Amino acid sequence: MKFRLRRRRLGQLMLVSTVATTLSSFAEKTVAQTPIKRTTPMLKSSISETMKVTLQVNGTKHSLQIEPRVTLLDALREYIGLTGSKKGCDHAQCGACTVLVDGQRINSCLTFAIMHTDAAITTIEGLAQGDNLHPMQAAFVARDAFQCGYCTPGQICSAVSLVNEGHAKSDDDIRELMSGNICRCGAYPNIVAAVRDVLEGKKDAAV
Amino acid sequence: MQPFNYQKARQAENAVALVAPDAEASYLAGGTSLIDLMKLNVQTPRELVDINPLPLSKIEMQSNNLRIGAMARNSDVAYDAIIQKRYPVLSEALLSGASPQLRNMATVGGNLLQRTRCYYFRDTSMPCNKRVPGSGCAAIEGYNRIHAILGGSDRCIATHPSDMAVAMVALDAVVQTRGPNGERSIPLVDFHLVPGETPERETVLQHGELIVAVDLPASPNAARSHYLKVRDRASYAFAMVSVAAALDIQNGIIRSARIALGGVGTKPWRAYDAEKALLNKPANQAAFQAAANTAVAGAKPQKYNGFKVELAKRTIVKALTTVGGMA
Ligand SMILES: Cc1cc2nc3c(=O)[nH]c(=O)nc-3n(C[C@H](O)[C@H](O)[C@H](O)COP(=O)(O)OP(=O)(O)OC[C@H]3O[C@@H](n4cnc5c(N)ncnc54)[C@H](O)[C@@H]3O)c2cc1C
Ligand code: FES
Ligand code: FES
Repeated sequence: MKFRLRRRRLGQLMLVSTVATTLSSFAEKTVAQTPIKRTTPMLKSSISETMKVTLQVNGTKHSLQIEPRVTLLDALREYIGLTGSKKGCDHAQCGACTVLVDGQRINSCLTFAIMHTDAAITTIEGLAQGDNLHPMQAAFVARDAFQCGYCTPGQICSAVSLVNEGHAKSDDDIRELMSGNICRCGAYPNIVAAVRDVLEGKKDAAV
Repeated sequence: MQPFNYQKARQAENAVALVAPDAEASYLAGGTSLIDLMKLNVQTPRELVDINPLPLSKIEMQSNNLRIGAMARNSDVAYDAIIQKRYPVLSEALLSGASPQLRNMATVGGNLLQRTRCYYFRDTSMPCNKRVPGSGCAAIEGYNRIHAILGGSDRCIATHPSDMAVAMVALDAVVQTRGPNGERSIPLVDFHLVPGETPERETVLQHGELIVAVDLPASPNAARSHYLKVRDRASYAFAMVSVAAALDIQNGIIRSARIALGGVGTKPWRAYDAEKALLNKPANQAAFQAAANTAVAGAKPQKYNGFKVELAKRTIVKALTTVGGMA
């Protein structure tokens, strides 16, 4: 329990510092924006302007002042300070950035934050209920389904969605439907075991 | 990434009105092709019109066909009960493409218009006639293992990467569009263009023309169909060769056949000659092999992709054998 508390405190401190650095770099970025002039008469406003974008992440509304080209992943990590979602390839090839949008898994690196103003976004940080891990998180712990852990937030978000989608009936299905999440440490057998546990309803075994 | 202006379109007319007059404007659907290429500076639109709010995601039976809205997600189409039952080849093709995450974002319209995965096209430091007309083709003299053996020209040998389109071409799909000059129905087989002298022109779509739906004609044979994809890894990779096949077999005799190929052509490749070769033949290995030989008769392999000729033949035979064995 003590350890948990300390971990949480550390997490808070880290969050505060990320937010602080984010805010300062954000200020720099806004100042450094020189809007590019465009000659096309269609132009209504100059390109590169920041816009107010409100995102609902893990049940909390965040109002950001960002450019349209900020990806959802960058908005989560760099502006909101939720660094659980990882950036691996930045081209939808590794799955490290997987988050849930209205319950569906997507690659947050290949979508703009501004596209999701009407959606409920869930990241790895939003899965646990207080100190109670989400069953999939617990299964990953119980099955030792990670090594360095870099891919793990994406794997878990993806696996949660896989269970909700209801198309996996076998280990082969799990492998196929988890193939968008690459693990460079090769923790795959344990990941499959963790997902299987939750699919089969063996959640308790996992805690 | 180049900066751009962004706006959401709520209605199709409104979307067309925003994109059509501006040469630098582009529709944004799932973004999985466009944003990827914007990050690489291969595509640099200055105005993005987000069409996600458009009410175009329904999949519905109409009198004579199944209409799939342009904004239907690849995952929704793949798991649609009617499609799984009546057009299994399409469901299989979609599920063989990309990953679940990507399929949740990718749309039908965007999938048809996704750009080639040719690595020279994706690398702005290399010449590419598709990206910069007249700059040359690095693939023809380069490492062309993934490139086309059918439909190439001395300007371009890039393959069309879509799996979905291959199945749809086999199913005689028709693309419905709405543009500044009204509505059009375009058979999918005529929708994509071979590169010829103008590889930068990839489809018959005019700038600003919006895909609103794809229609699949009701087809009694389509239930007996299969998509077979061969790739470098078991999952989550583009096709080296893929085959969409559908057969109508009565009393052991082939009454109609549909064959389309992916991974080998500069566009989703309908193998008409191979289909003809199967007509009124007994559904057996000899006929399947003859059809396979016919399908690649015009193949022009390059230095590193000669293996695709044999691979395509074997994949066709295997796909036809599977369909032939379906009840
Ligand atoms: C890592 C990775 C692996 C992949 N693997 C596969 C695979 O194995 N097989 C496969 O087939 N595909 C694969 N894909 C490609 C993916 O299927 C396509 O990127 C996707 O289908 C494109 O759809 P979208 O809605 O995201 O398109 P967008 O990126 O939004 O749009 C693509 C283009 O179409 C235009 N557009 C979109 N909708 C319309 C419309 N309704 N009317 C007119 N123009 C429109 C856009 O302006 C843009 O130019 C992969 C992609 C990635 C990133
Ligand atoms: S960072 Fe998004 S898939 Fe790799
Ligand atoms: S645990 Fe290291 S990348 Fe998966």
